[in-house]
Amino acid sequence: MSIDIETARKVAKLARIRVEEAALPKLAEQLSGILTFMEQLNEVDVEGVEPMVSVTPMRLKRRADVVTDGNIQAQVLKNAPEAREGFFAVPKVVE
Amino acid sequence: MNANSLTIAAARDALRKGELSAVDLTMSCLTAMDAGDALNAFVYKTPEIALDQARAADARLAAGDAPAMCGIPLGIKDLFCTRGVPSQAASNILKGFRPEYESTVTTRLFEAGSVMLGKLNMDEFAMGSSNETSCYGNAVNPWRRGNDDAALTPGGSSGGSAAAVAADLCLAATGTDTGGSIRQPAAFTGIVGIKPTYGRVSRWGVVAFASSLDQAGPMTKSVRDAAIMLGAMAGHDPKDSTSADLSVPDFEAALTGDIRGKVIGIPREYRMDGMPAEIEALWQKGIAMMRDAGAEIRDISLPHTKYALPAYYVIAPAEASSNLARYDGVKYGHRARLAQGDGITEMYEKTRAEGFGAEVQRRILVGTYVLSAGFYDAYYNRARKVRALIKRDFETVFAEGVDAILTPATPSSAFGLGEMANASPVEMYLNDVFTVTVNLAGLPGVSVPVGLDAQGLPLGLQLIGRPWDEAGLLNHAHVLERAAGFVSKPAKWW
Repeated sequence: MSIDIETARKVAKLARIRVEEAALPKLAEQLSGILTFMEQLNEVDVEGVEPMVSVTPMRLKRRADVVTDGNIQAQVLKNAPEAREGFFAVPKVVE
Repeated sequence: MNANSLTIAAARDALRKGELSAVDLTMSCLTAMDAGDALNAFVYKTPEIALDQARAADARLAAGDAPAMCGIPLGIKDLFCTRGVPSQAASNILKGFRPEYESTVTTRLFEAGSVMLGKLNMDEFAMGSSNETSCYGNAVNPWRRGNDDAALTPGGSSGGSAAAVAADLCLAATGTDTGGSIRQPAAFTGIVGIKPTYGRVSRWGVVAFASSLDQAGPMTKSVRDAAIMLGAMAGHDPKDSTSADLSVPDFEAALTGDIRGKVIGIPREYRMDGMPAEIEALWQKGIAMMRDAGAEIRDISLPHTKYALPAYYVIAPAEASSNLARYDGVKYGHRARLAQGDGITEMYEKTRAEGFGAEVQRRILVGTYVLSAGFYDAYYNRARKVRALIKRDFETVFAEGVDAILTPATPSSAFGLGEMANASPVEMYLNDVFTVTVNLAGLPGVSVPVGLDAQGLPLGLQLIGRPWDEAGLLNHAHVLERAAGFVSKPAKWW
């Protein structure tokens, strides 16, 4: 499977990473190289094999559904690039 | 001998006897750290925190309440969140980020009395095998080829940790390992590094790369030190739902040096085409050492080994693309300067383009592709099925009585910084060929320095253990270390 420039552009859009037009051919070539490498997986007979979902066979712990944390608004916002009046601030989302 | 060159075990004993103070030991490391700037291992230094912690450690030592790690100066990989101290996973996208919380691993180490000297260089988001993807620039290996002063890689992603420990800038360091990021740099710098069983050490507060593969572990000057430090890092953490609720054995007490009757598996699939003769010779030397120690050597087969790297390079980027979606310029870290009329989508796209380096972008894009509609089954689900087969390979040999598996740690010794600049991404990925199976199967693996190659560079062997049997694994590593008698140190040029 090789990735063409159009596909590279689309994947970049899905990943929300701006890629300049001039950089797309090289990117498509590198992605194609990686995918070709992955294609060795097609040689493996995986008939009847369940996809691995957990690394160790254990039941994940659950905790009581109660509030254990909170009232730390200042800490939550401390590292925000832009915060206003107790909220994260972003460019206009809805016209 | 300066105090900074001590092992954890020797320093612990000297501290407890009062022959050395934690403050003096810390000062010795701070001096070595400042003199080691040419290695670019420490990227953020915390001398005030270190001295405060050292004074507190001395008080505990005087009171007779001192755990093994009390007063031990450590370097902390930049992937660990440390409260109030820059923690940016060597990425520009986390520039300026100072966590309001402390990772579980560093919390435990500090509660045990350890001292933090500073944060260590690494590949960006732990994605790399040479420390060349770091936003801080390359960390440099203290080892050189003979009289050649070309700068070599300390490996990656825990390259700063490896360089700092090998150069005696600290007594030990934390590392993390998603596909070999503790074991490969340990092998490249002649130190010991163990990746524990998945779930042994809490991932809480460690910046996530691939959550089903990531595991933190110690990087140390000896196997005994690895046992001591792992004991302080490990244990159940309610904040990480995949952390195992199992008691942590006394790993150091398990170092009996007796492996008589144990079965060491030698997997034939790890004999790769084009593997340097020196690596093969080292492997044979290791096999002979284990046999001489009374272990039974058994040829084994792990038939899906060949497919581990391609499976890894589907699964790890898939998980990374999901984990790294959080870097959007809203909650923390970098936000791009926006043009007039730019909306939220432009903010995301520009922020992520500016903040992520080339390799991280590539992996996010690969991950996005393999998870996208129409390709999910063909790539991601197939890779997860192959992963199940790789795990089954190990389960089969362990069920047949194998106690540990011996393999090379890396396909070569340390290469030159920049030497792989024209290589394809896939060629760089081949560095992980012997280590990545262990992450896919969730097993513990340890890299032990065993010898030097013809250029005078360290080479390591890897031992792989049964799940949760770090104690047995470290004992095997201890036997190998003792038989190899590796005592070489890099000649100081920095």
